[in-house]
Formats: sequence, C-alpha cells, structure tokens
Amino acid sequence: AVRACGGAWRRTWQRGALGPGPARRGQHAAACNARAGAVPAGKSGLAPWMPVVGLEIHAQISSNSKLFSGSQVQFAAPPNSLVSFFDASLPGTLPVLNRRCVEAAVMTGLALNCSINKKSLFDRKHYFYADLPAGYQITQQRVPIAVNGSLSYSLCIDNKMSQMVTKTVRIKQIQLEQDSGKSLHDDTRSQTLVDLNRAGVGLMEVVMEPDMCCGEEAAAAVRELQLILQTLGSSQAVMAEGQLRVDANVSVHHPGEPYGVRTEVKNINSIRFLAKAVDYEIQRQIEELENGGTILNETRAFDSKLGCTVPMRDKEGKQDYRFMPEPNLPPLILYDAKSLPANMNHQQVVNIDWIHERLPDLPSVKRAKLVEQYGILPEHSFTLLNEDGLAEFFENVVNQTQMKPKKVIGWIINDLLSHLRQHSVTVKESPVSSLLLADLLNLLVKKDISSTAAKQVLAELWKGEGKTPLEIVKEKKLGLIQDEKELEQICQAVIDRQENE
Amino acid sequence: RKVTAEVLGQLEHLALVDFRDAEGVERLQKAIRFADQLQEVNTDGVEPMDSVLEDRCLYLREDDVTEGNCTKELLKNAREKVEEYFVAPPGNIPLPKLEDQETFLQGS
Repeated sequence: AVRACGGAWRRTWQRGALGPGPARRGQHAAACNARAGAVPAGKSGLAPWMPVVGLEIHAQISSNSKLFSGSQVQFAAPPNSLVSFFDASLPGTLPVLNRRCVEAAVMTGLALNCSINKKSLFDRKHYFYADLPAGYQITQQRVPIAVNGSLSYSLCIDNKMSQMVTKTVRIKQIQLEQDSGKSLHDDTRSQTLVDLNRAGVGLMEVVMEPDMCCGEEAAAAVRELQLILQTLGSSQAVMAEGQLRVDANVSVHHPGEPYGVRTEVKNINSIRFLAKAVDYEIQRQIEELENGGTILNETRAFDSKLGCTVPMRDKEGKQDYRFMPEPNLPPLILYDAKSLPANMNHQQVVNIDWIHERLPDLPSVKRAKLVEQYGILPEHSFTLLNEDGLAEFFENVVNQTQMKPKKVIGWIINDLLSHLRQHSVTVKESPVSSLLLADLLNLLVKKDISSTAAKQVLAELWKGEGKTPLEIVKEKKLGLIQDEKELEQICQAVIDRQENE
Repeated sequence: RKVTAEVLGQLEHLALVDFRDAEGVERLQKAIRFADQLQEVNTDGVEPMDSVLEDRCLYLREDDVTEGNCTKELLKNAREKVEEYFVAPPGNIPLPKLEDQETFLQGS
C-alpha cells in the first residue's frame, strides 16, 4: 500500500497551523491541503511551503522497427547490430515514418483524454553528444500529435488503504520523438563506448503539468500511466528496461507567492525511487531556502544508493537547442470518419475514430467492472490490477468455486498475495494454480475444514509437491469432525479431565 | 547593430564554429543583414511555410524489420573501436573559455 506524504511532514502538519492563505491555483491547493501536501513551518517558524512537482515521461513505443527506419527494436542485442545507415546518421539517408508509432501515439492520446492534432509537425532539436550521431533529435516541439489531456489516479489517505482519494494531473502534450543511443562510460580509460542500437527507437514523451505536490502523488500517477500504456500495448513501460523513463521537475514556494526556481531530477530507475527522489529534493530545497541559500536552476541526478540528488556534470550552462522544422518530413495528417479521403490507400491513412472504437477497457473501467460484478471494495480492485495477472487469477478462482467473490477476494489479496511476495514470485509463476485454490476454498465453503486449517493447507500447497487440497487435509488430519457422536466423546473426555484435576 | 563578443562566444560554443578573424565575423554580419531583408515583407495574415513539402503526403511505412545487421560496415568508418562499440571522449570536451581563447575575439 502507498503511504502518506513523508512521516515527518505529517506530524508537523497535525501540530502546526497551516492557515487559510490562498494559493495561486485553487485546484492544486485544494488537493494538497486535503492531505499533508503542504509542508508546514520548519524549525525557524517560517511560512509553510508548497512543493510543486511536474513530470516528463518518455515511454518507448512497443513496435518491431524504429520510428524513422527499418532496423529492429530489441532490448539487449550485440552492440551496433540493430543499426541502419540512417540511425548512424550517414550522409544521404532520410527518415521514413513508421505507421505503428503514429497509431501508438494516437491510442495513448485518446486514452489520456487528449485532443488529437489532425496536423502535427516534426522539428529538429540540436545538441552535441556522442550517442546522438546526427547532432540533433527529430521531435515535435511546435505542434505535437496530442495536447490537453488528463490522467486520473488514486491515493490512500492513510496507512490502512481503506480511504482512497482520486486526483487528476493535466497532460500538457504527447509528442513523438527519437530515442538516443547508449553511452557506456569507461572512466578508467577516460573514454565512452557508444552503442547505437537504441538510437532512433520511437518514444512518446508525455508532458505533465506541475499539478502534483509530493513523491507519493508522482509515483501513483506514473503507476497509473504505466498500467494504461501496458493495457493499450503502446508501450510495455518496464522501467527496469528503460522503456519508461521519468524526469521530475521540483520547486517549492510559499502559498500566495510566485513559483520557486525548479530543478530537474534525472536517473530515476523505479517508481519507488521516483517517490524518494522527489521527496528528497523537496526537503533539500526547503532546507536550503530556510538556511538562507538559493536554488539553482540545474539538473540533478538521483543516487539510489545514497537516497539523495546530486548535481549532474555535463549539464552546466544554458542549452540552446536551436529548434528548426525538420525539412525532410511533411506535416503528419491524421483523419477521422468525417475527413476520410475517398480514394486514398488504406495503408497511408491513420483514422482516429477507427482507433478510438478499438481501444481496450482502461484500468479505471476494468476496476469499476470488477467492483460492480463481484461486489468487492474499490481498494481491492486496485490491488488486483496492480499485480500482473492477479485479476485474471481472481476471476478464474471465482468461476471454479462456490465461495462468494466477496470472501474469495480476501484469500487472494491477503493469503495468495503475501505468499507471492514472500517468495518473490509473480502470479504467472505461482505454484498454486487457480484451480487448486478453488478446490481448497470449496472445502472451506462446505465446512470440511476450518479457516485456520485452510491456511495451513495453502502453505503446504505452496511447496508444489503435486498434492491436492483434499490429500493434504487427509494426510495432516485437518478435517473438521462432523460426526456428532465423536464430538460428544471428545467433549465428555475434556469434561472428565477437568473434574479429575 | 554589431554582434557582441558575448553573442559570438555563445554561437561558437553552440555551433562549434570558430569565427577566427575579422573577416569571419564580417561574413556573419553580412549574413545577418541578408536574412534581415525578410523583415521587409508584410506577412500579416499569412500562415508561415516551413517546408516546400507541406502539401506532400507524408509516407507511412509498415512496421517491418528491413534493416540493420551491418555492424562491420558501420564500424569501418570509426577511428577507434572497442569490441563492437564506437569510442568517444568521456564527455563533451568544452571549448576553451573566452578568456583563454587565442582568437581575434579577445581583442574586440
């Protein structure tokens, strides 16, 4: 479960007086004031602080080939084996747009409630770095493919996961752009090794407005985005494989005053680290300012081992990207049912309405359906969707047992899940199948065993020795005695023993 | 309007161009004057054109793997390589600061 905003802040929040000071953006302030979002007075008793967090997320598009070339997209391949002449920026090569990447971006834009721009443009963003062979990245700076969307996510107010609140973050835009190659730094020999396999892979950059106020909100928003992308299939969004990269922009200010200087935090490799990095940076900025210092508009890297952010080298000085239109690409035109041209080749047409009709159920819809169909709590539906394959497992068990879904859910969320976590195993790798669990729960429903006994049987089943629940019950004599005469004899024996003492 | 030494320094840093001497700077000034002629055209109410291709259809390619697997050929051009990686300096090598430069700019 996701904990509330940093323990220390919460204690002072409860003690200190925040006051009714008007914040500059009503929606944001209301959201943060509802929980411990605003950080109250520090040791010097100054006015409270409002942290502001914005995110820039790069999601690698799930496609066979790259954004502008026909080389393969694959994680972990021999260096420079998935590189075409265009990716290596050899003279005389030109970009050719991959249709699948366009569709992925449209799907994602629609899922995030964006307006899809029927005409979007490509630009060049110039900077020098060894893993960017062309000296520029093709992106969409002026008119991106999708704008003005929103993402809703949920948070637990307290530790108990019993009270959830829904928040929304605005999506400024989604743009298509190229990924860069990978640099491996060899400090001992003072050189960098460059692998261009990743150069040119399609990315969707999702730019979120700074509507969040702490690490927990940022983590929850990214988690929900990850689930959406995975549901759509537009990106596999596995952070560990670099398919989902998050940079956080963090600043603090006093309510009613202008926004403070922001820093950019990079090198965040997991959702857990995202929360830590953001919270650390907020705290760092507050301490710096309360000690009379200033915040530099700089880029910092998160050090996961030390749990802190440090200034990044090679990012000093203001960058001027000298944006210019990409001269080799005409505007990208998308169509809908109304504007569909009559005689155009199907393969050359991307129809927004066609894509919209075929969008799968988004996580929020799936959760609502689970709650409605099975009568489980909203919090349960979150847990079911958060663990890959768990919702399907739950439904399979429900379909194979007489136990009511409202009771089954407890076994899934408490017992099965804790076993999975204990042994660091995914649902797909579970030694206990949905059928086995259903069999076990049937025994419980028929009152052949007690709840305690059932837990013991589950632990036995987890060993994966191939025994059925019934076999284990017989073996360990865990069955509830049903015979009245036998029960009478046992009770009588106990009473007799008592009398003898 | 003359281009200041500071701006010249920034341009050199960004574009990795060395203006080298008075003639180089004068050429830059001439280029700016030439481009400034565009300001004389009244473009009120006219959509900017950024490409002569703007009426062309952007060709969409099918998502098939058709290229790659030419490591050897690509590395033929590399001055230095390690196993199958290109070799580059440890980071961007910064240009000498304005004060340290021995070029003409220092004198202006």
